[in-house]
Amino acid sequence: MNVAVAKTGNGRAVSDLFASAEGRLPGSPSVIAVRREAFETYERLGLPHRRIEEWKYTDLRALVGEVLPLAASPDAAALKRAADAIKAHAIAGARKLVLVDGVFVADLSDVKALASEAGLRTLREALEKDAGLLEAAATDAVIALNAALATDGVVLSIADGAQLSAPIQIIHIATASSASAFSRSQIAVGNGARATIIESFVAAGAKAYQVNDAVIVSVGDNADVAHIRLLDDAPDAVNVTSQFVTVGANTKLNFFNMTTGAAVSRLQGFITLAGEGSDLSINGVNLLQKTEHGDTTLVVDHAVPNCVSREVFRAVIDDRAHSVFQGRIIVRPDAQKTDGKMMTRALLLSDEAEADNKPELEIFADDVSCGHGATAGALDDSLLFYLKARGLPEKQAQALLIQAFVGEAIEQIADDGLREHVIGIAERWLERRQ
Amino acid sequence: MALLEVKDLKVRVEEREILHGLTLTVNEGEVHAIMGPNGSGKSTLSHVIAGKPGYEVTDGQILFKGEDLLEMDPNERAAKGVFLAFQYPVEIPGVATMTFLRTALNAQRKARGESEYSTPDFLRKVREVSKSLNIPQDMLKRGVNVGFSGGEKKRNEVLQMALFEPSLCILDEMDSGLDIDALRIAADGVNALRSPKRAMVVITHYQRLLNYIVPDVVHVMSKGRVVKSGGKELALELEASGYAQFEDAA
Repeated sequence: MNVAVAKTGNGRAVSDLFASAEGRLPGSPSVIAVRREAFETYERLGLPHRRIEEWKYTDLRALVGEVLPLAASPDAAALKRAADAIKAHAIAGARKLVLVDGVFVADLSDVKALASEAGLRTLREALEKDAGLLEAAATDAVIALNAALATDGVVLSIADGAQLSAPIQIIHIATASSASAFSRSQIAVGNGARATIIESFVAAGAKAYQVNDAVIVSVGDNADVAHIRLLDDAPDAVNVTSQFVTVGANTKLNFFNMTTGAAVSRLQGFITLAGEGSDLSINGVNLLQKTEHGDTTLVVDHAVPNCVSREVFRAVIDDRAHSVFQGRIIVRPDAQKTDGKMMTRALLLSDEAEADNKPELEIFADDVSCGHGATAGALDDSLLFYLKARGLPEKQAQALLIQAFVGEAIEQIADDGLREHVIGIAERWLERRQ
Repeated sequence: MALLEVKDLKVRVEEREILHGLTLTVNEGEVHAIMGPNGSGKSTLSHVIAGKPGYEVTDGQILFKGEDLLEMDPNERAAKGVFLAFQYPVEIPGVATMTFLRTALNAQRKARGESEYSTPDFLRKVREVSKSLNIPQDMLKRGVNVGFSGGEKKRNEVLQMALFEPSLCILDEMDSGLDIDALRIAADGVNALRSPKRAMVVITHYQRLLNYIVPDVVHVMSKGRVVKSGGKELALELEASGYAQFEDAA
């Protein structure tokens, strides 16, 4: 009965959405058929709600309600605003790939500089051939919706043995208010390659917009990859991102996410360790205020023996904000000698702040070392008093302790310039609460 | 000139009165020792002067340079020149000592309407002071007090005292947890800071510390009051006869 209600509630609005978007969606008729099928999956499921276990703490029906119409292709004025936003958010020395309202803009991107080091196509171009990139686990409604409506994205391939001389920064810029952007990208890193990939989500004057992004990452053997995601969307925006990551053997993958924006955000990562001897490190920071809702949901699948995974998650929650961390570690029967651990700590800055932590271990092998831990608490009064007794006003004392709290996760970023950039974003968040 | 005037101070902690009308005047340039048995209220006095939360002042007042100290936040008191050297300095993981020192120094200067220190000036000053206190540079790179020995923590307190140049230093049980060498280094640091414009209140349980930091005035506290005041010879007298005589007097 609930399903029927959902269909009439959300189904019709989306039907109109798909019909109106269809003419703008890239892909051959066969691709459009795949999209239609994905869209029907979405229609059948509707927006996720609290009775679906994976979405228990992030009820999109209650928090978001409806999917907004697809944003128009950016016009000259939008591109001008986007160019200004790039100045504020570009990381010095990085090669930029810019998506404006879900559409790749070559003129704003460093296509030429990148050409000698990595292969680049757009999703639009990739879909001319086949629908392969749209066919990722469409059992989840938001992923299905992304497959149905993804307008563009970057398809990056970093060749075997390539050592990127500069980081690549994919910048998602929202310029259209009260509209949705759907993007889907692929990042393929070859054997023995070394790369730093950054994804930034920012607004250029847009309000109350929605982002639905999907990223398919594959990393080969003996590679060394740093993947940094910085969600700094407008305070009234919605951002739902799904990542599918496959890691080869003897590879080092360092993933870092920091959320400092969006009214509602969810990052769901599905990471499979598919080759032995790899080392996965995931660090997350949520900085939430007002009534913001930030959800990080990770599934780390140890499919083979002898891999290490570490998840360190820090949440700083002010006002009536709500932070969610769900971490599941799966250890398959063959995955002996797995070492998988996750630790999450929440710092509650107000009595009404809320943190939900849900660790899950699904262990099918018998010779493993797995564990999880979670803490939640306020700032330590004795530390605050010490700092105040040395002359720091209350908010400044708090800011110093908050920076120290998240610092442990941020310290994992090896590149000095990049780490400073991330610290800068955190500092601006702290200034907003002064 | 009177720098600190504590007048008939009554303080409660959770409904229990700890100070029952304490009066104390400290003039510029003077070093006062406050001695007394455990539970006499010595540390409570230091905490109330610094502004630690959790204490309820029910009567009396504290004037600092003629201003009502109890009306000020702890950070305002620090900017005015009140410095409490903690008995147990806290460890603050993740906050680099240098960042902490610079933020604190500049916050105090800003509050006083003075210009903030530039990085080179600040570094020069810290290097100068830390050298005189025998504080290795790598200690300054660590988190505030993280992994410091008892002696290192106290030296870090003295370092801050030297940097912030307060006009009133309250040393709360500076000797606790220190061996004799560490005590001497810390005391030498404190003695170097004695000046005609600066007053110090040395709170201690034992006379030992006063061999190194020689006071002008010694007060004996018992049961929340000052029960006797005198010259430095009073400390020696206490060492010989103990606190028992004063417990009855209070």
